[in-house]
Amino acid sequence: MDFDFSDDQKFLKTEARKFLDARCGVAVVRGVLDDGAKAYDAELWKAVAGQGWLGVNIPEAHGGLGLGGVELCAIAEELGRALAPIPFASTVYFVAEALMLAGSQAQKAKWLPKIAAGEVIGCFATVERPGVLTEAQVQAKVEGGKLTGVKLPVTDGDIADLAVVLAKQAGRGSLYLVELAGPGVAREVLTTLDPTRSAARLVFTGATAEPLGDPGEGMSLAEAILDRAAVMLAFEQVGGADRALEMAKEYAMQRYAFGRPIGSYQAIKHKLADIYIKNELARSNAYYGAWALGAGGSQLPLAAAAARVAACEAFWFAAKENLQTHGGMGFTWDVDCHLYYRRAQQLGLVAGGAKAWKERLVSQLERRNAA
Amino acid sequence: MDFNDTSEEAAYRKEVRAWLKANAPRTKGARDGGLEDPVSMDDSRAWQRKKAEAGYACITWPKAWGGGGGAAWQSVIFGQEEAAFQTPANPFAIGLGMCVPTVMTVGNEADKQRFVRPAVLGEEIWCQLFSEPSGGSDAAAARTRAVKDGDDWVINGQKVWTSGAHFSDFGLLLARTDPDVPKHKGLTMFWIDMKASGVEVRPIHQMSGASNFNEVYFTDLRVKDSQRVGAVGEGWRVALVTLMNERLSVGGGGGGSNYRRLLALAGDIQTLTGLGVKDAALREKIAEWYVQAEGLKYTTFRTMTALSRGQTPGPESSIGKVVSATLMQDMANTALELEDQFGIISDPANAPLAGGFQTALMNAPGLRIAGGTDEILRNIIAERVLGLPQDVRLDKDVAFKDIPTGR
Repeated sequence: MDFDFSDDQKFLKTEARKFLDARCGVAVVRGVLDDGAKAYDAELWKAVAGQGWLGVNIPEAHGGLGLGGVELCAIAEELGRALAPIPFASTVYFVAEALMLAGSQAQKAKWLPKIAAGEVIGCFATVERPGVLTEAQVQAKVEGGKLTGVKLPVTDGDIADLAVVLAKQAGRGSLYLVELAGPGVAREVLTTLDPTRSAARLVFTGATAEPLGDPGEGMSLAEAILDRAAVMLAFEQVGGADRALEMAKEYAMQRYAFGRPIGSYQAIKHKLADIYIKNELARSNAYYGAWALGAGGSQLPLAAAAARVAACEAFWFAAKENLQTHGGMGFTWDVDCHLYYRRAQQLGLVAGGAKAWKERLVSQLERRNAA
Repeated sequence: MDFNDTSEEAAYRKEVRAWLKANAPRTKGARDGGLEDPVSMDDSRAWQRKKAEAGYACITWPKAWGGGGGAAWQSVIFGQEEAAFQTPANPFAIGLGMCVPTVMTVGNEADKQRFVRPAVLGEEIWCQLFSEPSGGSDAAAARTRAVKDGDDWVINGQKVWTSGAHFSDFGLLLARTDPDVPKHKGLTMFWIDMKASGVEVRPIHQMSGASNFNEVYFTDLRVKDSQRVGAVGEGWRVALVTLMNERLSVGGGGGGSNYRRLLALAGDIQTLTGLGVKDAALREKIAEWYVQAEGLKYTTFRTMTALSRGQTPGPESSIGKVVSATLMQDMANTALELEDQFGIISDPANAPLAGGFQTALMNAPGLRIAGGTDEILRNIIAERVLGLPQDVRLDKDVAFKDIPTGR
């Protein structure tokens, strides 16, 4: 039993926190929030690439550090805590992982080094309409290597160089790599709840599409990618939830009402204790997810679903109750509570919402019990 | 991040498993509180002695005291493995988990020599006499009086919610020795002989029908000054040692109702829209409970990891009971709802799954209260883990006798 980050991983995590404290203060996050033309913080993105974080889980042969999934989770927790306004999740958890899972040697050799170096931003384009992602909703199609269709919302679709797209060929869902600078691609920025993470509508009219993985396996591949991303996103959520709890605690100690700190009232204490409880449950489930990710066994789908369900609940609860603890000030633009409130929704929905993941969890549970 | 045993852990687990297989008694149903039955108490004592002789009782205690001289992680592994066997009920947990460690930390040499080994061997059983009718969560408000009379103390008063008082040999008693100073300063700890005249034990009839707890009355109970544990007026500090030991003992999971049983039940019951297990609302709840139950399990693994690494576990283990008690209650209620009109039947012969969820429903309120209510546990998390300020205390700097009392 060694159910925690190792000393080396803790060191990496501590260094990541120091780095982000210095380079990703709230002013950087607000810089993206307040500037409608700014999709992400390019300077931070470069700096993060310089740290090698984009390639933490990419093999050395492909230009990465080859450290592993758990190391990536350690960094994810710090990125989530700092609300980093960069296309890290899209590029690393979705596109790099998709390439490593399903890419040909040539595809890996072409793209992974560029991703690790920060030269390529990725996006994951699957959804087309409101509601859970199912194969039935996919209208986008590929004929003769050309992709036609509309995808939205695509997180980081407005700034990405490379998209992994779910589309149908001969009626069967398949994954494709699409270079977004090429012809037949139009993009439109969407207004979203969390402007610190941008999203777009991608319109494909005969864009060149290269198969990623076996044709017809698109949906199961997408689910495998989502399982991996769910674990890493869970760490971002745990990081964000922890910071929201700290904010609530700091405010509750400083703010006086009726002659004493509001943190001395049980109504506030119990609220903050409940945040702590949910955060620790989410952390423990995320750890199990990280282990399953590394172990590469059949446990991953259930572990990922549990990590995601617990993390969605924890960050949402921490974000909304942190805001509530701040009272009227929490409802202002100037106080940071709404940044976490926004990000909790963004992270809670970007890989599919908790409701669908709960169903996946119980299905996996039934499958395991039947086995 | 490795979920599996290290080679050292695996080797220990293997050794423990083999020993349990060879030695664990096949006792049926003894875990359902059958301690009233003298046969099952004999079984419990025999099992405890067997463990002690093999070094598996009090694994972390020094061998000189009858313990195993082992590490905390070994104790956790033994507990996990033992749980897989239907071993006799454990009436020694409170004594060995709380009372005797207090004697070992605070008590005098003669008491240590007298009490530790017989407790480890299961020859003597202890109970903890802290809670009183006037102060459940507020244990420092104890009113049971101990008055000095020559070399003796004379004790009068009442304790309540004392687990196992009816079969205990000794008790650790928190008593008020000075009502003229603030409440935390006027307390003193004693050990008492539960069979002495002046001690009367009356079982509490619980709402579940069982009687696991007692009221204990003291009428002119005479104890020697040598039975004092710690200095006069230091009782609260000693009590904190006891309660600290309670927190150090690594707890297991929830027990009672669980999601596997709920899934099984839902697979065999119809709702208006089809089989229960296909009900979307129920499936969402099962997912939420799964995440809580597994989250608690993995949290104990984090605690165990810290112990394995020779570190002090973080405060995360404090969330266990507050989560598991409500989990048990909510799950039981949902199961009964699923059973619909059948839900009222508690008779094992007629109730689904032998009435397990009905039993859980009736035990859950006790679990939410015993050993710190949900509310007190949240206060503890807020104050000790998060560092929030204490609530305003109206009784802090007032002589105990002047503190306002309600009912």
